[in-house]
Amino acid sequence: MQEIVFEALRRSILDKDVVALATVVAGPGVGCQLLVWPGGQTLGDLGSPRLNQRAALYADRLIPDHKCGRKAFDREAQSVDVFFEVVAPPPKLVIVGAVHVAAHLLQFARELGFETVLVDPRSALLKQERFAGADRRIGTWPKEALLEAGIDDSTFVAVLSHDPKIDLPALESVLRSPARYIGVLGSKKSHQKRLATLQERGFSEEELGRLHAPIGLDLGGRRAQEIALAIAAQMVAVHHRRTGAPNDAD
Amino acid sequence: MMMRQLLEQIESWRSQGSAVALATVVEVWGSAPRPLGSKMAIRDDGEMAGSVSGGCVEAAVCQEAEMVLASGDAKLVRYGVADEDAWSLGLSCGGQIEVFIERLC
Repeated sequence: MQEIVFEALRRSILDKDVVALATVVAGPGVGCQLLVWPGGQTLGDLGSPRLNQRAALYADRLIPDHKCGRKAFDREAQSVDVFFEVVAPPPKLVIVGAVHVAAHLLQFARELGFETVLVDPRSALLKQERFAGADRRIGTWPKEALLEAGIDDSTFVAVLSHDPKIDLPALESVLRSPARYIGVLGSKKSHQKRLATLQERGFSEEELGRLHAPIGLDLGGRRAQEIALAIAAQMVAVHHRRTGAPNDAD
Repeated sequence: MMMRQLLEQIESWRSQGSAVALATVVEVWGSAPRPLGSKMAIRDDGEMAGSVSGGCVEAAVCQEAEMVLASGDAKLVRYGVADEDAWSLGLSCGGQIEVFIERLC
């Protein structure tokens, strides 16, 4: 990999931009590389302008789904194999509530490669040592804090405070956002009450149907670590569009 | 591990003046333990970060990487059950993978 390509790739990763890297892995020009950004801007060279152009078009199709792929192209009557990989920023987990479960969920999320944000208006709680691993800590009320955290379609939100004064405004902020996942801690009974309140406040059944509540997969554990694991496991399943059922299930 | 997660390690090795090779899974057949695009970085003294399999072909990739670092020529290598070396290294999952190995800069 040439210095100029590595440097641009490095910059994109640090700036949390999405970029596709195309590499000739077989045929003439092995090792030649081209970076392709969404919108078609490129850097590098695969060996011919026409190949660059076709590779850029192909990369553009892989970028939205962050997919990798290999494709053979013709270059002056010879076949060239190009490998494409999309380098995308990490998914983000926003945890609402600086509670015990949050400390453990932060650890799992970090290990799984999530960027982590912890939100709680009780800013004194946020300062605890056990939350030091969070990438960001925001000590304002949910509406403002979630705006600052930035919720996009790769953002996971875990609402854990168990205090309606915090949980409800957080849910009101994220229910109409493009968030990939919204989970809420609490029993089925408290969730029924929560649903009724949100319905009164104008949320539709479809909007409320997005909620994962009670949060997490059915692992049965009641300890904070176990609940955090159940939440992390559900996030992984959602990330890969799976249900979280056992592998031996029909 | 993908490029993003390896970046910190690569930068730290390069800042110490080490040469670094990158290995990427560019093809998988059958049940391979790591998905397409999985990466491993190899420092010139053989130190590794990341992985391209469940641990079965890393040592062989590391040897290839030494040659790539020396020559500067990128290389595509296939590992799988059909390959005696790979079998002895234990790619027992029954899959085959193709790994592209290149020198960084």
